[in-house]
Amino acid sequence: MKGSANRRVLPGFGLSLGYTIFYLCVIVLIPLSGVLVKTAGMGWADFWHTIWNARVIAAYKISFLTALAAAGINAVFGLLVAWVLVRYKFPGKSFIDSLVDLPFALPTAVAGVSLTAIYAQNGWIGSKLEPLGIKVAYTPLGITIALIFIGLPFVVRTVQPVLQDLEKDTEEAAVMLGAHRFRTFRKIVLPEIAPALLTGFALAFARGIGEYGSVVFISGNMPMKTEIAPLLIMTKLEQYDYAGATAIALVMLVISFIALLIINLLQARINKRTISA
Amino acid sequence: MAGAVTAHLSEEASVRPRHINESVPVRIALITVALAFLALVVILPLVTVFVEGLKKGWDVYIAALRDPDAVSALKLTLIVSLIAIPLNTFFGVMAAWAITKFKFRGRNVLITLIDLPFAVSPVISGLIFVLMFGAQGFLGPWLDERGIQIVFALPGIVLATIFVTFPFVARELIPLMESQGVQEEEAAVVLGAKGLKLFWYVTLPNIKWGLLYGIILCNARAMGEFGAVSVVSGHIRGETNTLPLHIEILYNEYQFSASFAVSSLLVMLAILTLAVKKFVEWRGSKWQSKSS
Repeated sequence: MKGSANRRVLPGFGLSLGYTIFYLCVIVLIPLSGVLVKTAGMGWADFWHTIWNARVIAAYKISFLTALAAAGINAVFGLLVAWVLVRYKFPGKSFIDSLVDLPFALPTAVAGVSLTAIYAQNGWIGSKLEPLGIKVAYTPLGITIALIFIGLPFVVRTVQPVLQDLEKDTEEAAVMLGAHRFRTFRKIVLPEIAPALLTGFALAFARGIGEYGSVVFISGNMPMKTEIAPLLIMTKLEQYDYAGATAIALVMLVISFIALLIINLLQARINKRTISA
Repeated sequence: MAGAVTAHLSEEASVRPRHINESVPVRIALITVALAFLALVVILPLVTVFVEGLKKGWDVYIAALRDPDAVSALKLTLIVSLIAIPLNTFFGVMAAWAITKFKFRGRNVLITLIDLPFAVSPVISGLIFVLMFGAQGFLGPWLDERGIQIVFALPGIVLATIFVTFPFVARELIPLMESQGVQEEEAAVVLGAKGLKLFWYVTLPNIKWGLLYGIILCNARAMGEFGAVSVVSGHIRGETNTLPLHIEILYNEYQFSASFAVSSLLVMLAILTLAVKKFVEWRGSKWQSKSS
């Protein structure tokens, strides 16, 4: 870094950085550290028992597996949607493009009640699936559908810019060398967008694990069956079991932070690969 | 999710000669599948809110919106947003200025830290403030002595909302200001501009649309936040219920139509958010085509 730390051309470094760190500490870091402090107050045996019993493990499993499934489905269909939006022309494209952001802009509670209304037994789709023996509401399937709704924009919006910036010449070369379109997709395009796709998947997954509002209505919240981890925390809070809630929260935070780190690493890789103008 | 606004559609990628594009039947099939997926996943819930809200007729719809508890929920939601958004906007601008106009060690760590609230589950976001300010919390006794109520009251809701919407403006501004570089500001400094004048006349006009979008997004999230506020508010009807919480209460009481009627307000806000985003993208692309 050239020059000493005192010689900055633009003004306001000290002030802006100072305020940034101050606000960050007060709003984010200090409250979050409360979780650590509280859990440190629990004995090790107590802590272990709280975060590793049958009900809690079932909650982790449900949160984890449904988030994984939803993120996976979003990866496939999100890629499809991004592909269609970037590469094809069709009427209403701009409108559809805006629509992709809806799950991001919509309150989670609204999404939750709406999805439950659709997939409940007397709902629009639920009533059609009922005779087939497929139950959606109050099952992990319902949770997965809610998480698909929530996670879709993450995949599409992460893949879209990368897909957009792809140069046509590699595909031209592939055609000239005799590859048909699917082969070109598999060998040329897919590797290029893989980091972005992975990032989108990871974002959707991380969001899915912690999601509360849109899931809590459709899941039915039955312990051991459809109780997601965030709800378990909520239940413990309502029973004034602050220590228990905090312990589980700590586990979830650790998982979220690891996911965040992986996501940021992947995004750094994407930025290195793309040629900046 | 860096620079959400920059993912606008350019014509370039969709104008493809035939030899590097799929055949027409394949294209039609893919478009149909994609649209069907979106119709099922996104459009259906959207439409359902209005259909269910109006199911019992226009009068019930309006009555639900006029209900005193709904009105006070709306008021509370607006007040919370009015406090949280300017604070987070000010922070976002400060943070973006520090991060994008200067180089310093730990810059990337700072960016990751700003992203933290994004990765935290909403329920945990509320939990941490209950831990700090609740009756059994760290500052509980201290606050009790002075009769200050934070959790289960407005300040708690505001804090939780600030936490949850913390990164939005910053994340919008950082890639934008990063791509704009420091040259214009440096030129202004050479010409004698100082501090606030520099920001107001040089930086702000460049970032105004990104800033607007960040604020709108922050607002949509602030008004719609459910999980975090649910933990912190205590659900006291008429006093500490925000709009999303009110929707939950109505739903749990089987007042479905009323619940959806109130939901439709938030849906309209979401649609407005999307419309503003489209507008910002359109202005952004106009700016780009003018300067290229």
